[in-house]
Amino acid sequence: MATTLTRDTVGGRPVDPAAPLLAVEDLRVEFRIDAGIVQAVNGLSYTLGRGETVAILGESGSGKSVSAQAVMGIVDSPPGFVTGGSVRFRGVELLDLAEPERRRVRGNRIAMIFQDALTALNLVFSVGWQIGEMFRIHRGVPRKQAQEKAIELMERVKIPSARERAGCYPHEFSGGMRQRVMIAMALSLDPEILIADEPTTALDVTVQAQIMSLLAELQQQTGMGLILITHDLGVVAEVADHLVVMYAGREVEKGPSLPVYHRPAHPYTMGLMDSLPRRDVHTERLRPIKGSPPDLLAIPSGCPFRPRCRFAADICAAKEPPLAAVSAGRVSACHFWEEVSRERSGD
Amino acid sequence: MSAPGTERPAAEVVLRVEHLVKHFPITRGIVFKRQVGTVQAVDDVSFELHRGETLGLVGESGCGKTTTARTILRLEKATGGHAWYKGQDIFTLSGKEMHELRREIQVIFQDPYASLNPRMTVGDIIAEGWRVHAGVMPKNRRRARIHELLELVGLNPDHINRYPHQFSGGQRQRIGVARALALEPSIVICDEPVSALDVSVQAQVVNLLEDLQDELGLSYLFIAHDLSVVRHICDRIAVMYLGKIVETGDEYQVYDGTAHPYTTALLSAVPIPDPAARNLGNRILLEGDVPSPANPPSGCRFRTRCWKAQGVCAEAEPELVDRGQGHPVACHFPQVEFDPAR
Amino acid sequence: MSDRRRPDQPVTTLEELEAEPIVGREGSLYADAWRQLRRRPMFIISGVLIMILALMAIWPSLFTRVDPRDCNLADSLLRPSGEHWFGTDVQGCDYFARTIWGARVSITIGVLVTAASTLIAVVLGSIAGYYGGIVDTIIARITDIWFAIPTILGGIVILRSIFSTRGLLQVSLVLIVLGWPTMLRLVRSAVMATKEMDYVDAARALGVRDFRIIRRHILPNAVAPVIVYATITVGVIISAEAALSFLGVGLQLPAISWGLMISVAQNRILTAPHLLLFPGAFLSVTVFTFILMGDALRDALDPRLR
Repeated sequence: MATTLTRDTVGGRPVDPAAPLLAVEDLRVEFRIDAGIVQAVNGLSYTLGRGETVAILGESGSGKSVSAQAVMGIVDSPPGFVTGGSVRFRGVELLDLAEPERRRVRGNRIAMIFQDALTALNLVFSVGWQIGEMFRIHRGVPRKQAQEKAIELMERVKIPSARERAGCYPHEFSGGMRQRVMIAMALSLDPEILIADEPTTALDVTVQAQIMSLLAELQQQTGMGLILITHDLGVVAEVADHLVVMYAGREVEKGPSLPVYHRPAHPYTMGLMDSLPRRDVHTERLRPIKGSPPDLLAIPSGCPFRPRCRFAADICAAKEPPLAAVSAGRVSACHFWEEVSRERSGD
Repeated sequence: MSAPGTERPAAEVVLRVEHLVKHFPITRGIVFKRQVGTVQAVDDVSFELHRGETLGLVGESGCGKTTTARTILRLEKATGGHAWYKGQDIFTLSGKEMHELRREIQVIFQDPYASLNPRMTVGDIIAEGWRVHAGVMPKNRRRARIHELLELVGLNPDHINRYPHQFSGGQRQRIGVARALALEPSIVICDEPVSALDVSVQAQVVNLLEDLQDELGLSYLFIAHDLSVVRHICDRIAVMYLGKIVETGDEYQVYDGTAHPYTTALLSAVPIPDPAARNLGNRILLEGDVPSPANPPSGCRFRTRCWKAQGVCAEAEPELVDRGQGHPVACHFPQVEFDPAR
Repeated sequence: MSDRRRPDQPVTTLEELEAEPIVGREGSLYADAWRQLRRRPMFIISGVLIMILALMAIWPSLFTRVDPRDCNLADSLLRPSGEHWFGTDVQGCDYFARTIWGARVSITIGVLVTAASTLIAVVLGSIAGYYGGIVDTIIARITDIWFAIPTILGGIVILRSIFSTRGLLQVSLVLIVLGWPTMLRLVRSAVMATKEMDYVDAARALGVRDFRIIRRHILPNAVAPVIVYATITVGVIISAEAALSFLGVGLQLPAISWGLMISVAQNRILTAPHLLLFPGAFLSVTVFTFILMGDALRDALDPRLR
């Protein structure tokens, strides 16, 4: 799809050809509410290369969704504020850009899809119209052509009978089909990065498989980077090249998928792996992580995972663990990461 | 939860569901409503639940598993069929008899945020069953018993006067379990009890349910869509699709010796949390969407998405019988051999 | 926590699972709501004003010693002064006293009508919303038809044709009869929404009977929008009574009502503006106060507190 926009600049500034597609460094987001200040994201860093998939894994309160919103620049502000760090898209600092330039990046170069397509789509307009809107508004394409492009996109995301269904409304589609519509809208302007925030959480597992397979195919065709936000360890294992595990707003472990899964270096990651039942083998007894994810208004001192950790010692309450280098490209925020990773090598 | 081949003594059947049917009418009209169609949510479902066993009812949305549970509890009125408990058909009981029966069959719901009345204290929530069933728990024993129940489910008994919104999701689910156990039922229907919980908390509740089952001799009807959890906790599993059961068996028969194509596709879609097991190449991707339950396909309901479908599939509905695999399958062309590679 | 490593234990021991209270939220949702409300200026202002108005209605003598009916024709149409704070009306009655006493009628009608309408609406609305089916259809259709009757117009027609004398009771009755449909729809939809909650199913599965389910599970959770609406309705009813009295079909002299006072004042707007000003101001402030209170309550009782 030809575009009149030049892709050598971002917000008017030239890109750095040597820079990764996205480089997030020490990102911090806080929420100021009646009850106090919540540090929703507390120092997150990761990079995304062309064609790569990075998964941000975490449970409720981990800050994973907020971090993605900060990258997109759609954090609800107030009460949310990006208070620190850097987000570089092809070398250009997004947090420095003025809002009009940020808006040109949003949707156009970096696109996002959400968990619930029904609330993300406008119910009073047909899907064809909504997808076409992307072209009409961002590229100035006339209505008829925009409609054609919309149908083309719907076919690309494998919506059956696309031409006939372009005039249908979101509520007339099933959950999986709506998700495809949202993906079509996100892809319409050939973004370089796609952020998917829990894209399949609300879907049945067979539909989830279809959607993930579609995303993989589209990623292969376009070479775009994918940031996948999820709590599902299975989905992450299937598609992610790298993962970042978040807990209570912090990055606790980061690295390439296979080593992290096979030899986790953080008790939280290990706890998650151990607590999962599997569909391919019999599990005798599950080993849960005790306790619950913390209330962000009352994060324990030192390491936030301490109350739930079986490796915890006094130092964990006193000192917040720094991000230790486990190996090339792997870090872990644990005082005892060596001990933790040794546990698995016995297997 | 035993290895394949070991025989378990045949335990007594506590619940037998026979040819259960639940149809919902689709109506039109403002003043006078006419029926224009039916949603065949549950269509001829039969199964048995044995004492001390966990029977899993699995399937995707719209398969009818939750409706089945609600109908057994008489939260919905069955359109047809029977549900035998202790020799009586649940659906033919009088109001008074059903009221008595409710003590014996209880339920745990999915959403920890919607299953507890936000205006009642934890103690009141747990004790409500005793208020409506006179004679089960004398008033002077109630407070002590609430404390016992809270401890049993792993909560602090001092919090008896707290309100649900002061607890986390996992803790609320435990309160729900305590409520269900207050009347000392023999069967507990678990409707997606861990689906809405954080991953790290799910295993806690699963373990709790297992421990309680061992301790109290409960029988569970476990409704879920998460096939990994089901494999772990269930002794036997029934797979549902569009209102019908397509396959039943124990953990090894259904998961390793899968016979029905839908079960095969369903299982292959579940991602394994191990990057080394990436099998996007071997995965079976079903085309399109589930057909509408208001207008299900003739013959075998799965035939419109099945790669094995042939002429007979449209003409004759396959019965749920053992076709040589050792467990019942409703398919004209089931997978016969045990495939350890899967 | 000082042991370096704990053996892997099953997770059901007590200490590990102590319920930590979520910071800042203690007590029932009403206690929470109260705490929130206390801090809002809108609530405080409207609350104080309502208390003053209630006092005015119950004990007017707290505000004025003068008898509003003690009128001296010689003092007719005096401007506000030190002796008569609000001046006097045509018949020489102290206008301040009349205005204060006018509050009694307004507040009484407002509260009475709202209470009665709400009661009818809650009873019928719960039945309609909970049972559904033919019962709901009948109640809902009757409500719809009733709803189509315009309030003021209908009020005028009924009051004119049916009643020969029109006192507090008669006007109240008419306003109740015309007012319940809106309230009922509100109750009905709130009940229908609450009925779908899992905790209602849980109660049914426990064997709780319908009446107790409605009383204990549905109404307490459905009542928030009704409380808000009822508060605002008090203001609306006060305004409606004033309108009817103004039009001459509401209360009759010698009743003291702001609406009547405004009606009498119309012809003398230019010569004696104080006749219109004071009851008009009091009426506006009263209505506004109740609406303000309703707004404050709506914010505090919002279920997203959960």
